[in-house]
Amino acid sequence: MSADVFLNGKFIGQVDNPKEFIEKIKEERRKAELPSELNVFYDERINEIHMESSRGRLRRPLIVVKDGKPLLTQKHIEMIENNELTWSDLIKQGIIEYLDAAEEENALIAFSKEELTPEHTHLEIDPITMLSLVTALVPYANHTQSARLNIGSKNQKQALGLYIANYPLRIDMDVNVLHYPQKPIVKTIAHDLINYDKHPSGQNVVVAVMSYKGYNMEDAIIINRRSLDFGFGRSTYFRPAVSEELRYPGGLRDEICVPDKDVRGYRSEHDYRYLENDGIIFPGANVSEGDVVIGKTSPPRFLNGLDKFSLTSGVKRESSVALKHGEKGIVDAVVITETQEGNKLVQVKIRDTRVPELGDKFTSRHGQKGVVGLIVDPADMPFTASGIIPDLIFSPHSIPSRMTVAHLIELLGGKVGALAGRYVDGTAFSVETEEDLRKELLSLGFRDNGTETMYNGETGEMYKVKIFVGNMYYLRLKHMVANKIHARARGPIQLLTRQPTEGRANEGGLRLGEMEKDTFVAHGTSLLLQERFNADSVVLPICENCGMLAIYDHYKNKTFCPVCGDKAKINFIEVSYAFKLLMDELKSMGVYPKLILKTKY
Amino acid sequence: MTVEQILKEYSKLLPKRIIEDLKENLPKKISDKKAKEIIEEVVAEYKEMQITPAEGIGIITAESIGEPGTQMTLNTFHFAGVSEMNVTTGLPRIIEIFDGRKDLATPMMNIYLKKPYKEGKDIEKIARKLKETLLEELAKEFYINIADMSVEIQLDQKVLEDIGISNSKVISAIKKSVKGIKVKENNDLIIISKKQETDNLNEIYALKEKLKKVFVAGVKRIKYVLPVKKDGEYVILTSGTNLKDVLELDFVDASRTTSNDIFEIEKVLGIEAAREAIVQEVYKVMQEQGLNVNIRHIMLVADAMCVLGKVEGITRYGIIKEKASVLARASFETPMKQIMQASLMGEVDRLKSVVENVMVNQPVPVGTGLPGLAVKVIKGKIGGYEENKKEKKK
Repeated sequence: MSADVFLNGKFIGQVDNPKEFIEKIKEERRKAELPSELNVFYDERINEIHMESSRGRLRRPLIVVKDGKPLLTQKHIEMIENNELTWSDLIKQGIIEYLDAAEEENALIAFSKEELTPEHTHLEIDPITMLSLVTALVPYANHTQSARLNIGSKNQKQALGLYIANYPLRIDMDVNVLHYPQKPIVKTIAHDLINYDKHPSGQNVVVAVMSYKGYNMEDAIIINRRSLDFGFGRSTYFRPAVSEELRYPGGLRDEICVPDKDVRGYRSEHDYRYLENDGIIFPGANVSEGDVVIGKTSPPRFLNGLDKFSLTSGVKRESSVALKHGEKGIVDAVVITETQEGNKLVQVKIRDTRVPELGDKFTSRHGQKGVVGLIVDPADMPFTASGIIPDLIFSPHSIPSRMTVAHLIELLGGKVGALAGRYVDGTAFSVETEEDLRKELLSLGFRDNGTETMYNGETGEMYKVKIFVGNMYYLRLKHMVANKIHARARGPIQLLTRQPTEGRANEGGLRLGEMEKDTFVAHGTSLLLQERFNADSVVLPICENCGMLAIYDHYKNKTFCPVCGDKAKINFIEVSYAFKLLMDELKSMGVYPKLILKTKY
Repeated sequence: MTVEQILKEYSKLLPKRIIEDLKENLPKKISDKKAKEIIEEVVAEYKEMQITPAEGIGIITAESIGEPGTQMTLNTFHFAGVSEMNVTTGLPRIIEIFDGRKDLATPMMNIYLKKPYKEGKDIEKIARKLKETLLEELAKEFYINIADMSVEIQLDQKVLEDIGISNSKVISAIKKSVKGIKVKENNDLIIISKKQETDNLNEIYALKEKLKKVFVAGVKRIKYVLPVKKDGEYVILTSGTNLKDVLELDFVDASRTTSNDIFEIEKVLGIEAAREAIVQEVYKVMQEQGLNVNIRHIMLVADAMCVLGKVEGITRYGIIKEKASVLARASFETPMKQIMQASLMGEVDRLKSVVENVMVNQPVPVGTGLPGLAVKVIKGKIGGYEENKKEKKK
């Protein structure tokens, strides 16, 4: 049956023999008669041929196979090694071609040379090309669920390390640098290809797979205090404080200086103590919450006609940059420059050393992330028969449900590498086998399954079971409690709604949301609910005649209604300020929200 | 005393249905004392089962369905591998039902058959009779004749014979459903061209695609049929529903045949059937997902959707529209529209339900917020109550 042909989604004609047709198209493409960007796909089910040459498709290179033999031969490889042949030559000669997702449906791709049959159309250049760059960094990736590989890859992107070599010269927002980064003992080919050893982002630690008094349940990890003292996971956090001398209409401008005492919003002398005469802090100052880093004054915000003649109009506004609630650090560098508009720009880089603390996030390279649950003194840590004290204790419960076998093999591989003094190759699909590792471990004088006899650090008793101990590459992730911790009992409120402000930066409240409210209702605790929601409650005088807001005069202790006058009956009600605001907004729209009062009882 | 007499004493404590149940199930020969003991036990159990006044059943229902809903997978399931029939289940299906959507993603029927047929007699033939037959299934080939700018259809005579349709019937079906065309017959070729001549290839292509979907025979909207043996009898599963026409067929067991289209059930069988269908459909999805939701919660939702005598979704156009409180409606969706409407009509909000009271920060009328103190306030006697209050507030 003849098939319809579409080019980039548009119907262009019919062909009588679809299979022959697509073969011919492919043939032409390999001869470079047709552009190499063109992909064809024959959908046998609906009998349609789709040709695509548009952009935005994901394509990947594969070796073309003919009659069960790859077109890429040893001769080609030698030529490439001698720089006689390039990648684009291979594409032009039709030896390598790019397939998109649709054409892959028609292809039969062999994993390795050995499994080639006459039916195969393509051969993988290397199995690892199936993985992305970051995923290729996961050792023993072929032993792990693909979902976990994704998680592991995402985790690696959040790891601290040396993010760029010239970091002292840069002013970046919110960056971390790991103090003693190490190359991984268990590495993959991708580590060599991207020069990972020039910018590593983790450290090799001794890991024991066991539980410890329940402090590592739910994926938590336990860290040896001595390891922290020796520098494990230690990092520096950099944050800039920036301020610009802006110009305003009317020749007014900001001024970076130590603010005068008569400036509106003057903090206190104590807060300005670190500023030098130019109004900028000096490098090396040890600053904490509330300290001013850049002193600045601005002209008053609103100037109306009369202000020109008023005495107070000359008063400037204070607009310094100070450390926010909970921040601390040491001033690392001060940069004074100009913006494109020619305004003075001051940038102050603040640094803070971050030793891992309870709640900081760590991960291995297999999506086994966890939070520090306890930091234990070395004396209380369990130790092996040979006296090794693990740096980190990892919970065995994290393994079965997630099936990250690679995690365990890395532990074994790391142990072999550490003991034999060499790097272990963990490249996916072409690794040193587990069996070899076990044999080598045995020859090094250890149990071949990596387990060791361990003793309770507190009592000295021997554990009845053998504990799996090995070396592993651990990464510290950028999520740190110090940047997230937040609580509030009372604090600032919003001007408009009189409800608590939102977010940690504003010292805001924790919202009791719609669904949380529902739980109060479901329990029938309606008075408790009312109490939880009365942060913005107000007492309003209401005129019973017109049902609108009346006025209460504190001086005369008198109430009156601006509409109905003194004689109107006025009563007080208690409602949330947000409701009063709603009524005001309704009034502004021309809707008359009349309140009808009744005794509640 | 007979059992009946004893039961009469309890007629105020127990509902009719339970009394009837007791009447049937109590042993005929039983001592009065024992009978009373049993009934007392039943009364106690019944009281325990009753919901406390002021319990917020609405919100509990919402949470009881909403929380398991978060665990539901978004997958659409396959029919146990037998065929390629896809049915929306899980969260999308639940949303479909509760929103009261009229065009379902996968309309479907379970057709039960009458006596000789349910053992499998002529099952293939029956299935074919049900299925909507389109022109593309009868044709061997659709050609586009670029020279004449026409579409040529070659019919498969064998298929035509199987179904028992003649060429002329096919042609009349084409004429009936596609307008503005010329139809010619040439041997076994049917040649179709546009009345208005065109030289646009895409128009002819569109015509070809349209012709493929011309309805020729069967029950309309039944796209796909699949006879399946279920519990020892043949049942026909269909994709696409047409309850009215299917129930009229003589081989169909109308008492058990169902559709998953609630609105169709409402139209054909009435509102009570629709309510039951909502309960069954939602319960089925919950069961499939392995979620344990008490059927009473689903019943409450179904009742809410059907109280108005017609099925209404839980949307701002459905049952929310019928809420008495302006503020409650405004707090759901489109507040501007609600407030504008209310101000035009001069509506009064009596603050009788939950959301409004949360908005004005008053105790909500459920649980501890519902009961009030029943004291008669006589002017002068407990007197000055209001004045006192005013003093305090100031």
